[in-house]
Amino acid sequence: MTTHDVFFTIVGVICAASALLSVTTKHLVHAALWLMVALVALSGCYLVLGAELVALVNLLIYVGAIVVLVLFALMLTRAPIGRSHEHDTSLAQRAASMVLCAATTALLAAVLISGLGNNAVRVSAGSTHTLSVQLFGTWVWPFEMLSLLLVAALVGALAVSRLPNAAIARTESGEGS
Amino acid sequence: MSHDVVEVVLRAVCVLAAFLVLPLVVGQTEHKVMAHMQGRLGPMYPGGFHGWAQLVADGVKFAQKEDIVPIAADKRVFRLAPALGIVAYLLALAVIPLDAHVFGANVDDGLIWAIAVTGIGTVGTLMAGWSSGNKYALIGAMRSAAQLLSYELPLILSCASFAIAAGSLSLVGIAHAWTPWWLLWQLPGAIVFLVAATAELQRVPFDAPVADSEVVMGPYTEYTGLRFAFFLLAEYAGIVVMSLLLAVLYLGGWTGPFDGYLGWLWTLLKGFLFALIIIWMRVSWPRLREDQLQRVAWLGLVPLALLQLAITAVGVVLTA
Repeated sequence: MTTHDVFFTIVGVICAASALLSVTTKHLVHAALWLMVALVALSGCYLVLGAELVALVNLLIYVGAIVVLVLFALMLTRAPIGRSHEHDTSLAQRAASMVLCAATTALLAAVLISGLGNNAVRVSAGSTHTLSVQLFGTWVWPFEMLSLLLVAALVGALAVSRLPNAAIARTESGEGS
Repeated sequence: MSHDVVEVVLRAVCVLAAFLVLPLVVGQTEHKVMAHMQGRLGPMYPGGFHGWAQLVADGVKFAQKEDIVPIAADKRVFRLAPALGIVAYLLALAVIPLDAHVFGANVDDGLIWAIAVTGIGTVGTLMAGWSSGNKYALIGAMRSAAQLLSYELPLILSCASFAIAAGSLSLVGIAHAWTPWWLLWQLPGAIVFLVAATAELQRVPFDAPVADSEVVMGPYTEYTGLRFAFFLLAEYAGIVVMSLLLAVLYLGGWTGPFDGYLGWLWTLLKGFLFALIIIWMRVSWPRLREDQLQRVAWLGLVPLALLQLAITAVGVVLTA
């Protein structure tokens, strides 16, 4: 085992453990804080693998913006101190999510194992220059499409939140009958 | 190998020393400059000469105070929150170069590193506000989150402009690429950076989150003693980090007469100039209301930063 392996194992275990804690904890805000720990550890994983820019951008966007946004939303709505059970999910939902997680893991593992097998692959494509050439050369259209999708989602969210009250009342009564 | 270890340890110790000294210098400057701008003398007695030891005395006072954790608080988060801001600014200071060879660590993407870790520090403020179990703290934390989210964007956009102009994300590389022409070319970006940085630090006129007449002390209301002092230290360390960063980005860092020998001094002086401007703003302007604050960010700074990006892009393409 090299030093890299040791570091990767450490940050990987921290990442997985805090991710698990963030979905199992009964404290609402703690879940968001554990999510932050998981994301920082994920940045650590990228860093160990040599993808410095990806690690830093992950830190900047996910920890600096997304988690802050999640915390902000929690504080605006409801963020009790202590355990809260009113947002617990049903057993069926938990079972379904576990099956889904297991399926995703199996799919990813199958792809990685069938693709790479036991061959160790040297990762060296993490430099800022290589990454930007790839992103704005080969992958520029998927990248742009993704941003278009996000803008569409944003406009959609705005449209839903700006619906006149009457329309909302109609849809609600429509669903009720 | 052992040489490398010694060098790393030495650099780390120097960064720590700078982190403990520079914020105090800025704090003392604020005491004295603000006092003289308002026709007062400021601290005169501690230490004898013009009250130079005022902040040391403050530190001793904070260390003696009782460390109180409210019953309603989420205790672990409450205790942990002050550490986040401190560590974040310490990590940011470590990558800022004072000279081509004077830095804590040379990171290739130093600019992104500096902005990313200061972003983590803001989570500390939110944790403090929420975990205090106090309505003023919670309102303050909400204001703080809203403010930090909206001012993060212009800050990053203006940094992107400097990076594009230099063709590098490394702070040393950006300072090397600097020419006097930047003073005009990057001026809008520098203004956006300065305003957004002041807002990120929650300094007057953007201090609605800690407005004493409205929400006591915002997220820090329940803190006492050393933990409160840590938040203050983080604020002044933040001024140091942002000022030095802007000095390196916009004023060319160590460029100046005799920069072979005195480069680090030039960076410090230029950084100090921006710190003075941030102090000056506190004395000059009243606090912005919450809606005015958002208006400044989204209708003022973001369009200006985008305009600067366009100007930079045109400049880079034309001169390349």
